[in-house]
Amino acid sequence: MTVRPSRRSALGQLVAGPLAACSNGAGDGTVLTFWAMGREGEVVQALMSTFERANPGVTVQVQQLPWSAAHAKLLTAFAGGSLPDVCQIGNTWLPEFVALRAVERLDARVLASSVVKPSDAFGGIWRTNVVDGGLYGVPWYVDTRLLFYRRDLLARAGFGAPPTTWAQWLSAMQAVKRMVGRGAYAALLPLDEYEPLLTLALQQDAPLLRDGGGRGNFRSPGFKAALAFYAEIFARGLAPPASDADIGNLYDEFARGYFSFYVTGPWNLGEFKRRLPAPDQGAWMTAPMPGPGGPGAGLAGGASLVVFRRSPRKDAAWRLIEYLSTTEVQSRFWALTGDLPSRKDAWSAPALVNDIHAAAFREQLERVKPTPQAPEWERIATEMQLVAARMVSERLTVDEAATEIDRRADRLLEKRRWMLARGLGTPA
Amino acid sequence: MKRDRAGWIFVAPAMTIIGLFFFLPVAAAFVLSLTDFDIYALADLGNLRFVGLRNYGELLANPLFWQAVANTLYFVVVGVPLSIAASLGAALLLESRLARFKGFFRTALFAPVVTTLVAVAVIWRYLLHTRYGLINYGLGEIGVRPVDWLGDPHWAMPAIILFAVWKNFGYNMIIFVAGLQTIPEDLYEAARIDGASALRRFWHVTLPGLAPVVLLVSLLTIAGYLQLFAEPYVMTQGGPAQSTVSILYFMYEQGFKWWSLGMASAVAFLLFAMMLAVTVIQLAIARRRGML
Repeated sequence: MTVRPSRRSALGQLVAGPLAACSNGAGDGTVLTFWAMGREGEVVQALMSTFERANPGVTVQVQQLPWSAAHAKLLTAFAGGSLPDVCQIGNTWLPEFVALRAVERLDARVLASSVVKPSDAFGGIWRTNVVDGGLYGVPWYVDTRLLFYRRDLLARAGFGAPPTTWAQWLSAMQAVKRMVGRGAYAALLPLDEYEPLLTLALQQDAPLLRDGGGRGNFRSPGFKAALAFYAEIFARGLAPPASDADIGNLYDEFARGYFSFYVTGPWNLGEFKRRLPAPDQGAWMTAPMPGPGGPGAGLAGGASLVVFRRSPRKDAAWRLIEYLSTTEVQSRFWALTGDLPSRKDAWSAPALVNDIHAAAFREQLERVKPTPQAPEWERIATEMQLVAARMVSERLTVDEAATEIDRRADRLLEKRRWMLARGLGTPA
Repeated sequence: MKRDRAGWIFVAPAMTIIGLFFFLPVAAAFVLSLTDFDIYALADLGNLRFVGLRNYGELLANPLFWQAVANTLYFVVVGVPLSIAASLGAALLLESRLARFKGFFRTALFAPVVTTLVAVAVIWRYLLHTRYGLINYGLGEIGVRPVDWLGDPHWAMPAIILFAVWKNFGYNMIIFVAGLQTIPEDLYEAARIDGASALRRFWHVTLPGLAPVVLLVSLLTIAGYLQLFAEPYVMTQGGPAQSTVSILYFMYEQGFKWWSLGMASAVAFLLFAMMLAVTVIQLAIARRRGML
């Protein structure tokens, strides 16, 4: 899943959060509660009347959570027994909620469904919803990270097409850097975001955890190669050793040519269109992630819909998920939010086909890989990035950094190893 | 005996409430700090392990915890004297016989205390912006190169201190103003007749007169500053490079971000022990110097 990494919006949500919860009037019959985050929570309300008309007696109460507080809120609600019936959930959070035995297994319902079919979904995205062989979520919208780049600057530096391999990418960045000189850079890889490095790491064959998810595998040659490439970008001065917040208004900076490559996600499609000045609109483009030796894998992100186990209204909840998964609703939802549809056939909507910037996402989504499915993963990825940031600023070697990440991962996984040894790692 | 019982009956409601809502949770938190309560335990209490003092051991071996302690001490050691000096300075100016519009200035200087932290944090983030912020603009005018306030690990804590002192000094200022008003005017007059300069009058009349107030203010400020949380939470989220992770911020991340409630409780008790130690030392020094 992706928490939009803008601190400004986190601040905004702190202010707006308490005011933003909205609800629907409840009629007789079934009242479904549905929690959705951020912009999705705002917009999905508009889609509910059609569902309610098709399902007489069912009313949906949408409650909006700010992304920055959603994870903590869900865990608190689990502890307090106040989870909703249906919920949007970042798909990397799923293993955690499976470990809590909070979410309902959906295999049988999908098997019987004429709407939700694995064959309509992107393989890598679907697999994020399968934990220990059970299906626990249905993809709602999808997300991955890829290259946003300045076509004009790249062309001036002598590159007509975006890079498809690491080697090409590196030489393109060096050419851009030579051209823009001291005051600017070639790429922006914010040091407080783990997604760029994680994407490079997922492009390798080596898994990131070993021993059934009981230990880190960051000293593998594959991960070290990804880490070395990441380190090289900074060591050669091709990217500023800066975090997201240091950049200020990154759209202005991108327009001004402060950096030419930016690894980011689909929400920026809309932001770039809205915020870049009109003359620059023809100058930017998206491209799939370059890989070690050809087009590389991407991070399988996005959000899924889940039914909580304690819900007494699972049938109605499932009908809501089916409704949100239909091709028409997926297309409408994309039009309302810009969130990329999880159904492949919703991508054939004319508006989406004609969106030249979305095409790279369509291609990348065929090559996405899930992150390791341990509940501790988010924390391990955070530690990975902290060590990587230290590597960049304190000049640790790649070997030192990889060893340190492994050490931290193994410490975080101690309880999981104990659980695995007891045979309780996988809930029934 | 009868009077004893009447006394107990009178305090019973208060004692019950304090026991129920203070001592019981504290005891429960202490027990929690001896376990490895995490999301697995949240799923099933059977996954809870009693680990004795292991949380404390791991904390003391965790470099990030020590960094949080160091960051917090840095904040206290620099921030508290700065805050007290600012409060005292502002109070002296307000009480000066030359000051005009005292009511207006008192309100204006106190205003930051009652503003909403999140709202003023937004404004301070603008002020502190590396390239477009007013502070760097002002520094540029006197030839200082732009400082990356919130992005440079060396400058983030000073920026937080600046923000916190600005936000909080008004409160202590009001206490100092009240303290200054209790010093009899004839002491100053006598000193002036003896030929004491303004500095000497401050040193020999004002400060001794304010001693108990200074002690109180420093106790409260240190205790408050040791609990640094909201400023880094809204300004930097602990970054860059964890240079603004305070002890409480560390506890918050352990407890509510990662749901390691056992570890978070252990952090809380270590912070409690630290605050108790600092306060006891301060009181001992004050007692020896005859300030109490």
